[in-house]
Amino acid sequence: MSFKRIWAMFVARNYEFFRDKAAFGWNFAFPFLIIIGFSVMFGHQDLKKFKIGVFPADDQAQAFSQSVVPASLQDNKQLDFIPFPNRQEGEDKLRHYKIDLLLDRNSATHAYWVNTASPNGYLAEQIFLASFLPKDRPVASKQEIRGEQIRYVDWFFPGVMAMNMMFSALWGVGFVVVRYRKNGTLKRLKATPLTAFEYLSAQMLSRIFLLMFTLCVVWFGSNLLFHFQIHGSYLLVFFLFFLGGLNLCGMGLVLAARGTSEEFTSGVLNMISWPMMFLSEVWFSLDGAPQWVRTSAEIFPLSHLLKAVRKVMNDGAGFAAVQNDVAFLAASTVVFLLIAAAIFSWNE
Amino acid sequence: MPGDFLLSQTISNWIFSVFLMQEPIVEVIHLKKVFHNIEAVQDVSFTVPTGICFGLLGPNGAGKTTTMEVIEDIIPQTAGQILYKGKPRTESFREEIGIQFQRTSLLNFMSVKETLVSFYNLFHHPEDMDELINRCDLSSIINRQNTTLSGGQQQRLMLALALINRPDLVFLDEPSTGLDPQSRRNLWEIVEGIKREGKTIIMTTHSMEEAEFLCDEIAIMDGGRIIANGSPKSLISTHCHGSTILLPRHAFSMDIQDLPFTWRMRDDMIEIDTDNIHQGLTRMLELQIELSEMLVRSANLEDVFLRLTGKQLRD
Repeated sequence: MSFKRIWAMFVARNYEFFRDKAAFGWNFAFPFLIIIGFSVMFGHQDLKKFKIGVFPADDQAQAFSQSVVPASLQDNKQLDFIPFPNRQEGEDKLRHYKIDLLLDRNSATHAYWVNTASPNGYLAEQIFLASFLPKDRPVASKQEIRGEQIRYVDWFFPGVMAMNMMFSALWGVGFVVVRYRKNGTLKRLKATPLTAFEYLSAQMLSRIFLLMFTLCVVWFGSNLLFHFQIHGSYLLVFFLFFLGGLNLCGMGLVLAARGTSEEFTSGVLNMISWPMMFLSEVWFSLDGAPQWVRTSAEIFPLSHLLKAVRKVMNDGAGFAAVQNDVAFLAASTVVFLLIAAAIFSWNE
Repeated sequence: MPGDFLLSQTISNWIFSVFLMQEPIVEVIHLKKVFHNIEAVQDVSFTVPTGICFGLLGPNGAGKTTTMEVIEDIIPQTAGQILYKGKPRTESFREEIGIQFQRTSLLNFMSVKETLVSFYNLFHHPEDMDELINRCDLSSIINRQNTTLSGGQQQRLMLALALINRPDLVFLDEPSTGLDPQSRRNLWEIVEGIKREGKTIIMTTHSMEEAEFLCDEIAIMDGGRIIANGSPKSLISTHCHGSTILLPRHAFSMDIQDLPFTWRMRDDMIEIDTDNIHQGLTRMLELQIELSEMLVRSANLEDVFLRLTGKQLRD
């Protein structure tokens, strides 16, 4: 093995990344925009969860506050009230899932309409019925959690970084190597003493360097805006992202080990990256999902990376608490590299 | 005494050059290559002596590039053996050869100099960079991006990469395809320089002019087999006799289909092969063919090539 040759390929790949201004900029802009966009959309306290249609509209009756709709329902910040001139229009919206519940504001019997096929409709109905319970005689005892609450952006940020890492590793390694094979660049390199192991190592090291560089820049930039709360060790978080990045690059190398069709590779990359993104809790928690879904998610390295990073960032966990995830990531990285080195072809 | 010593040295050098320099650098023995049930190369055998320029000629699909890529160890053979300096190829083979591929691509977003440096670092004993830049005439484009180079400039860069490790054996796969006459001449001069250094060159080409100019030995392939080999002169003398008479189409008042010669039409010229120029001209005078614009040339490699491979179009 020659470190000089690995270095030569490492430098060449980095030139390509840093000089491709469009791709370079997008690598930083994409996660940054996602973080800002989602924290603006879902990070506010006055988030409306359910839409309640009310008829007739204000100009056809007395003010909404004077209606028969219970005051506790009117004051519920999780509800958004939408006026309709008549029942017919409200029912149309209800039928098309545009609203979750429809109320007649003048009905002495508190008449309401609900789409029984809508899960949100059922929940809105329960909130509506609960608003008739007396306030002074609660049916359950409420307890509030102690200590600092985790903001949505603190939970969401590791997911975006890991997702960006996954796309960058899979496409930046997998897709690029297939393109090089197709246009003959790999064939040209095969005509030199460069070995497959040296070439793959250089690709992987280059990508992990770029991934960590991107992570640091985006983290620093986002932190200026959001002041993330990191309860655990920064070093451990960095290590986990590094190991996760290696793992995802290894997966990219396996996908790139053979083949000359960019279209086919693109399809395979999509087939792997999209389920991995949705099942690894990048966007939402799988708590409450069927057991088989949660079990299936465990096969994805991204699940282990995110679980471990969130434990450290959000809960202040130490290495011992994440060692199983670390072991999974390390072992699967070795497996990916061995498979990639064994089946790699310069030509086809 | 010094004179005797000098004489003995001269004789030993002569013996060395005659016997050792002729030792084959490459031996191809019963080579066979099958791609998806198609036999691209069928039982091909030949040897390439050290220090010569060896040409593989043939129409499209003849198996030239496949044969070359098997020798280069870019693709594996289905059967047969390749010997390099009398032994099977080892890991050091890649340090000792240089390849200019027919179709290849370079790393993106890099200048000519950065590309050279990248490849320079892949070898243990690279060529002096300045020397290489001068030889391949790259100094004026050294800071240009690879993607902005013209066809001739790209070929010179590819040739520089093939020479960057001071190879003993250089492979050139259709090196002048797509080049203008100036670039082609420039490339030939560089290849001549490589030959003068005593390096061995194996090349493929579609240009008979190029093969005749550069190659010391030629093997003509068709349908995956070698159908003739030898020096250009020996191939011409073996397969083509006599001369070719060239006349413009308008010199013939008769229907050219009735011509009592072996002839072919190229552009607006009729080419007539004859073993006996005197008899040929006499016959033409008898047929009252206008000879004032006549040209006569002796047979060349292209005549050999067409005679051996036929005129049917190949894809």
